[in-house]
Amino acid sequence: MTDGLAVALALVVLAATLAVAVTHPPYVPEAAAAGAGAVLLVLVGAIGLSGAGDALRALGPTVGFLAAMLLIADGCRREGLFDAMGAVMARGSGGSPQRLLALVFMIAAAITAVLSLDATIVLLTPVVFATAARLRTSAKPQVYACAHLANSASLLLPVSNLTNLLAFHASHLSFLRFAALMALPTIAAVAVEWVVFRRFFAVDLTRPRHASPQPERPELPRFAVAVLACTLAGFALSSVVGIAPVWFAVAGAAAITIPALVRRTATPVALARATEPGFLIFVLGLGVIVQAASANGLDSAVRAVLPAGGSLPDLLAIAALSAVFANLVNNLPATLMLIPVVASTGGSGPILATLIGVNVGPNLTYVGSLATLLWRRVLRAEDTDVELGEFLRLGAVTVPAGLVAATLLLWLALQV
Amino acid sequence: MRALIWIIEDTWQATIDDARALLPSDAEITLLHVANTEPETIAREARRGLLGRRLPPPPASHELQTISELAAQQLLTEAQARLGRPATLQARRGRVEREVVSAAEGVDIIILARDGDRQRLGPRSLGPATRFVIDHAPCRVLLIWPDVVPELRTIPPPPPPGKPPPHESPGP
Repeated sequence: MTDGLAVALALVVLAATLAVAVTHPPYVPEAAAAGAGAVLLVLVGAIGLSGAGDALRALGPTVGFLAAMLLIADGCRREGLFDAMGAVMARGSGGSPQRLLALVFMIAAAITAVLSLDATIVLLTPVVFATAARLRTSAKPQVYACAHLANSASLLLPVSNLTNLLAFHASHLSFLRFAALMALPTIAAVAVEWVVFRRFFAVDLTRPRHASPQPERPELPRFAVAVLACTLAGFALSSVVGIAPVWFAVAGAAAITIPALVRRTATPVALARATEPGFLIFVLGLGVIVQAASANGLDSAVRAVLPAGGSLPDLLAIAALSAVFANLVNNLPATLMLIPVVASTGGSGPILATLIGVNVGPNLTYVGSLATLLWRRVLRAEDTDVELGEFLRLGAVTVPAGLVAATLLLWLALQV
Repeated sequence: MRALIWIIEDTWQATIDDARALLPSDAEITLLHVANTEPETIAREARRGLLGRRLPPPPASHELQTISELAAQQLLTEAQARLGRPATLQARRGRVEREVVSAAEGVDIIILARDGDRQRLGPRSLGPATRFVIDHAPCRVLLIWPDVVPELRTIPPPPPPGKPPPHESPGP
């Protein structure tokens, strides 16, 4: 098979897999689509068996890391961490929507950084919604804040976003060095959101006339918080003690899971489900499909477009192009395509600039990418209650400003 | 007289108090609350937008529509208690301004509160939803100030000759 044909076929398979992942047809799980696509590409020779094996081996540790983090997040939910966050927000806000927004910003940023954007979207957002309803204040700025911070605050740690985990593996940075370089960019991206949100939702954030009754004192689940703290400390010390961070994630997952199994507050089936095996297979399949496209010429096309240097203009261009890419094909495939290229040509600067692009870029819409939004709109008229222009305007303001501010501070951090 | 009282979370007490004071005793009252479904849609779509995850339906305690409906019912019940008169309770969901106008069809008067900047007199004291309802109401409108009415001096001085007033000048 010629390279041209192979890359074309791989891109068709990628498009079909993404179409399934975006449209959620009831009888075709995305894991099956990605898995079948990968097998098909091996069978027709678009990627050799050893090439596919290499791709799977390269992704293996990352997928294991992801599964462990999913178990930790699920354990935190079981221990009541997210409900406790709701109580913290309700009490701390004192009924003021502005104070509530400040707390949502802090808590959503912390949850995203430590437990990943999935935890913020799936587990924290309903709690924030319920808290706003309880305080009788508009849920709109608060829910928009969760959606935005799940992306903007996911720059900080390798575990904050699957894109980071993929890049972390390729970057050969230590956990602490990654966090140190991304600390200022994260603060910049979140600060941009804060400034824009305060102005954008000024009317929704006016104080209600009557204070709501004082909610009860929140009780933090000490065990879950302790497990999280120990896991984070393990991550930070991983390079000092010479143990890969993934083992601390595994230890954290075991620490929060085994007691639940013993006490029978969780069943093995529920725990297996919490690792989202379908999602893990999807990531592995997607990795093989993208590898088939890259090995047959896509990577040289990407290399031709992407600047290779670490100067500020280069980093800005990399972040901007990555954001565009993430909006065309979603950030997971974009990361799989871009990271090997930037990792082979540049140092850690271009890799982290790519992450700024693929993580902040999706805030342009609320469904992951602009392409997803357009396809959903084309396929069926839904979301008629959403002022599409409003969310797009919010994205059009925060995304470019966030990209520039975060990349600028990344460049500064790299100079030290 | 058929009267529709549209209540929102921030200002419902004042709206109810004024309606009780101003409506004739034989008025047939409907209390209306409209839940804006936009945040629910954003949250649901952000969840669906997580590529490759097929998540099970959320537990009942995390079902946003249930949370929203329970909150609306509770608010309407409290409002009726404060009104102290029989009233029909109506909870709607969707685009707030459109739902309110549609609920106002066939009533004689709608009572609502300013929902914007309440610190000074002026066009900004109306938020987008209230402005839409006032502009499109198919009935009489009673617009109340939910707090202490701002003083007259909060009106900005007239613009210099030849310059349009702030609300007519092009935005920043």
